[in-house]
Amino acid sequence: MSDGEWTVSLRKPADVALARKAAMSAMDGIGATAIRRTKFVTAVSEIARNVIVHAGTGVIHFKIVGFASQSVVAECRDHGPGIPDVAKALQDGFTTARGMGLGLGGAKRLVDRFEIVTEPGRGTTVVMEAKGR
Amino acid sequence: MSSETVDLASLLKSGFEQILADWLRVQAEEGIKRTDVISADETSRQSRTLLASFARVAEDTATDSDFDFDNPAWDPVREVLGDISKTRTERGVSPTEMAWFVASLKQALFNALRKALEDEPRTLVSGISDASRIVDQFALHAFDVYVQEREAIIERQQSEMTEVSAPVVKIWDRIVTVPLLGTLDSFRAQTVMENLLQAILDREAEVAIIDITGVSTVDTMVAQHLLRTAAAVRLMGAECVISGISPKIAQTIVHLGVELPNVVTRSDLQSGLAYAFERIGLHVDMNAHG
Amino acid sequence: MADLQDFPSSPIVTITGCVIVAIRDDLDDSAVLALQNQLVEEIDRKKAHGVIIDISALEIVDTFTGRMLAAMAEMSRVLNARTILVGMRPAVAMTLVELGMTLTTIETALTADRAMMMIAEKKPPKTL
Repeated sequence: MSDGEWTVSLRKPADVALARKAAMSAMDGIGATAIRRTKFVTAVSEIARNVIVHAGTGVIHFKIVGFASQSVVAECRDHGPGIPDVAKALQDGFTTARGMGLGLGGAKRLVDRFEIVTEPGRGTTVVMEAKGR
Repeated sequence: MSSETVDLASLLKSGFEQILADWLRVQAEEGIKRTDVISADETSRQSRTLLASFARVAEDTATDSDFDFDNPAWDPVREVLGDISKTRTERGVSPTEMAWFVASLKQALFNALRKALEDEPRTLVSGISDASRIVDQFALHAFDVYVQEREAIIERQQSEMTEVSAPVVKIWDRIVTVPLLGTLDSFRAQTVMENLLQAILDREAEVAIIDITGVSTVDTMVAQHLLRTAAAVRLMGAECVISGISPKIAQTIVHLGVELPNVVTRSDLQSGLAYAFERIGLHVDMNAHG
Repeated sequence: MADLQDFPSSPIVTITGCVIVAIRDDLDDSAVLALQNQLVEEIDRKKAHGVIIDISALEIVDTFTGRMLAAMAEMSRVLNARTILVGMRPAVAMTLVELGMTLTTIETALTADRAMMMIAEKKPPKTL
């Protein structure tokens, strides 16, 4: 499946590596620079790992967008417990990266667009977009 | 329906929603919706805003052969066209698509005119030519704005590119320096970091000296960029020295409450170099040869 | 005196009292634990006084991997071995800084060669 779209089921820790591979393929698909690719794939790794750790299972979907195929969008959905205080979770990063923080703040800084919708008890969806250049 | 009351203005007033719906349908049919860069909602909103502006101005302003787009009464419509055009330019819509978006309004107007003036061919013909004239002007204006906007974007990109020249210099075996000049914005700071780290790798440098003697303002943002660069240099295994910290800058940094842990600082490039040479095991006599 | 132990995830070599482990890119959670075990065993067995962790093969280092590296360094330090992290790619360094993970508890060097020299010459650590 790579006509500009990739889907990875997140069920076990090893799937995080698969998510990274898909993210990397997508970024290669748009001819991204090495630094932008590294940042995006790392952000994907953070988000995917969150799903495994906090929600158990989820799905992450990638697609190439833009009139000149200049961006990759990743949409990561889970039906886990949700995040009670998103604002606080997004702050986490600069001072507590050493802890078991969610890494959301960090992931946000690594991409060009970051949106999160979460409902305690229902689940979380994170959308990230990164330009290739 | 008597011909005295049916003209573009009255049609736009009484048949607004119908004309809008028709226009959106034509857009979809002509394949000019570009939902990849502009959502369907946004397109509807933009179309509605343009049509509403048109309808409002048309109420008191000539739409027949006395139509004059230069009349200041049409300014609101110009403005809406300008906004729409700018948005679409930024998102990468092509000039043709932009023009078609506007021009496709004609079809919807023609449809409405035909329905209202079925029995009055002569009025219908003049109505159609009026509508055509006006929408053409709209499209031309949108196109003009598009071109101007594109030129502005290109100019901006060019000036950003010239700002970016911050070459990394290999001073000695295992030492690299980057002199920073002028201002340091986010984009530039990013590029400087990338160049410096790559140079450290390529030259196998042990010490990297960032010389800020030529930086015009050191504020919190600059200080944070420097900190991040220093942290990245250290992660790669080189030592980072920041030179050019004048007493004034030292005061600013302290007042800002920014800490520079793990970073060696020196007041000028010369002392920065002396420190670097020492670190790579060379003793340099700074007083020799006058 | 090289003693090569090739584990499924990452090879560990000990040279003149320095354990060198080159982390491979396909490390998953269970392999991480196994690697940490192998590392401490090797340090103990060889009475090593230095540990060099080479991450030049890693294109992606996220906070999980970062924490793993910090843990490995801490284990080695507890066993009295000076630990140095080498081979970080520029893109990885920039990304870690963006993530707020500056790993200031681990010494770094550009290459394994440099690290070995530092350990051998007992060159004091740069201000950490």
